[in-house]
Amino acid sequence: MSNIFVYLEIEEGRVAEVSQELLTKGRSLATQLGCRLEAIAAAAATDSVAEQVFPYGVDRLHIFRDDRLSPYTTLPHSSILVELFKQENPQICLMGATIIGRDLGPRVSSALGSGLTADCTSLEIGDHEERKTGKVYKNLLYQIRPAFGGNIVAWIINPDHRPQMATVREGVMKKEILDPYYKGEVVEHQVNDFVKEEDFVVSIIDRHIEQSKVNIKNAPIIVSGGYGVGSKENFDLLYQLADVLGAEVGASRAAVDAGFAEHERQIGQTGVTVRPKLYIACGISGQIQHIAGMQESSLIISINNDPSAPINSIADYVITGEIETVIPKMIKYYRKNTK
Amino acid sequence: MAFNIIVLAKQVPDTRNVGKDAMKADGTVNRAALPAIFNPEDLNALEQALLIKDSYPGTKITLLTMGPGRAAEILREGLFRGADDGVLLTDRAFAGADTLATSYALSMAVRKMGSYDIILSGRQAIDGDTAQVGPQVAEKLGIPQITYAEAIEEVKAGQIRVKRRLEHGVEVVACPLPAVITVNGSAASCRPRNAKLLQKYKHAKTITERQVEHIDYIDIYSSRPYLNLTEWSVADVEADPKQCGLSGSPTKVKKIENVVFQAKESRHLSGSDAEIDELMRELIVNHTIG
Ligand SMILES: Cc1cc2nc3c(=O)[nH]c(=O)nc-3n(C[C@H](O)[C@H](O)[C@H](O)COP(=O)(O)OP(=O)(O)OC[C@H]3O[C@@H](n4cnc5c(N)ncnc54)[C@H](O)[C@@H]3O)c2cc1C
Ligand SMILES: Nc1ncnc2c1ncn2[C@@H]1O[C@H](COP(=O)(O)O)[C@@H](O)[C@H]1O
Repeated sequence: MSNIFVYLEIEEGRVAEVSQELLTKGRSLATQLGCRLEAIAAAAATDSVAEQVFPYGVDRLHIFRDDRLSPYTTLPHSSILVELFKQENPQICLMGATIIGRDLGPRVSSALGSGLTADCTSLEIGDHEERKTGKVYKNLLYQIRPAFGGNIVAWIINPDHRPQMATVREGVMKKEILDPYYKGEVVEHQVNDFVKEEDFVVSIIDRHIEQSKVNIKNAPIIVSGGYGVGSKENFDLLYQLADVLGAEVGASRAAVDAGFAEHERQIGQTGVTVRPKLYIACGISGQIQHIAGMQESSLIISINNDPSAPINSIADYVITGEIETVIPKMIKYYRKNTK
Repeated sequence: MAFNIIVLAKQVPDTRNVGKDAMKADGTVNRAALPAIFNPEDLNALEQALLIKDSYPGTKITLLTMGPGRAAEILREGLFRGADDGVLLTDRAFAGADTLATSYALSMAVRKMGSYDIILSGRQAIDGDTAQVGPQVAEKLGIPQITYAEAIEEVKAGQIRVKRRLEHGVEVVACPLPAVITVNGSAASCRPRNAKLLQKYKHAKTITERQVEHIDYIDIYSSRPYLNLTEWSVADVEADPKQCGLSGSPTKVKKIENVVFQAKESRHLSGSDAEIDELMRELIVNHTIG
């Protein structure tokens, strides 16, 4: 039986959020297909990986421990996956649509001659009938993703090649512990059986990673600003509102491009996906690429001076007005009503 | 010292400015309604090549693109900005290629070109946003890759040093040549067209273009060989037709859907003091805030 494999991104021994989210998705697909969920950990520090991932329902964890595997470089990780997949012949392989996943995935898919779909927003199992030949394929992975700048949604399949590979952005899938006591099997591999000396020709000379200070993905309330906010100074109004509400500040791409907000605050198809209980969209028109990243918010308030802004159609409350006057009033009446 | 650089560039529909008429009634994209442009990040890649040429005169930059005949437009665009040569890979058999079949075709063309030191590509093309072709070309050629490059810091014989832009930081890596480098939109933007080069290359054409325009006979094409843009078919690059185009593509599109959002029943407020007061009270009472 060929199984589902999830590639784990590991930074200093910690399994990345996106990988945990993929384990949850992988678990539900494996259950649906009646196969096993397997995970791959290739890093310098792998001691606590098993305890981190088994609760998500991993049946088998492949460990490749070697100091040369962290920080990530393309070639050794690629060799490990290619060789392992030749032995194990998985039916599905999932990885994060992160800088690592988008560097590694194409390399592995090219070596195996298998298809890869980037940035999936949804993964489902289903059948497919080839129109010309009438041949029926059972239980394929539907890899669903926006295409063409987000203007359409494409359903991609790989009928004949394995593994069916897909990458998914952080925040798109929800992570969920299956069972805190779930125990799978650990397989420790000899790294040198998988990598060659030449795989280490790329050397990292310098590396600066900052722990991100903003955590919009998990924020329960988001005050988000668009190009209509008008300036970096006006964004201060959003920070003030966020401050009193205990919220994080998000932004549209147009606001990020204009320099009003940092890139890590960008919400949407090419930013983060969020589902807070309250999303306040200030001066955001609501193009599909933006909506794709926030439409699952429980409650949406739109503040816009254009009553026909597209975002208004998905908002629960539409406030027609200038952000410069509406936001100070929201702060004022929040304070008044909480006294 | 001088380098041989190949820049992979794609002509793409400008998906950033999709108007209403760009979608057909059946929900598919009307490509004809969108202007075709030089993929933005491929221009960043071209600029990195030009910067190397600035420091090492004698460096040769060849643009390589796969696409329909019309894609020769971006080869000229590249020549106007300082590239030395352009190759169009075009054949019916290349049509319908996914990223794997595309990278196979491009890698066969690169092999045909022979010697090269650096292959530059954009990080991703805006029509698909996949970011796969660069790494897949590297794998097919059996050479290393550096993705998400923001600046090439140094090139010397057989070695390159590159600054990469990561999610939460930067990384500087060194790697032996030849290698594939994919360049981010955050890298330096491409210099504009140069008036002299525009004059020099404005008549540069592929053989098909010359035939279509009935200018094949004009003798400038024999007296000025740089005006001949190379055009290669599947056979010219000795590619296996089974690995090209639709038949070489493991991924298939099952269906395409239009994006529709469920419109909600919204409550409309004018922003008056009384209404905002009421709204904030309501949100506090139902525990959305506070
Ligand atoms: C491939 C691709 C990926 C993309 N990914 C993303 C993404 O991840 N995230 C994203 O956000 N975008 C993304 N975009 C861009 C997206 O298409 C839009 O361009 C962008 O979301 C528009 O941002 P905006 O609503 O802030 O700006 P605009 O569309 O310019 O809207 C500004 C709004 O502010 C209102 N306004 C102006 N002044 C005021 C005022 N004083 N008070 C109140 N309202 C005011 C206006 O009425 C208008 O509705 C992507 C595009 C492409 C092609
Ligand atoms: N048809 C093509 N011709 C030349 N280069 C291409 C082609 N398709 C993709 N590329 C290159 O590969 C990069 C990534 O493309 P993609 O994987 O489609 O996002 C692009 O920025 C180009 O540099």
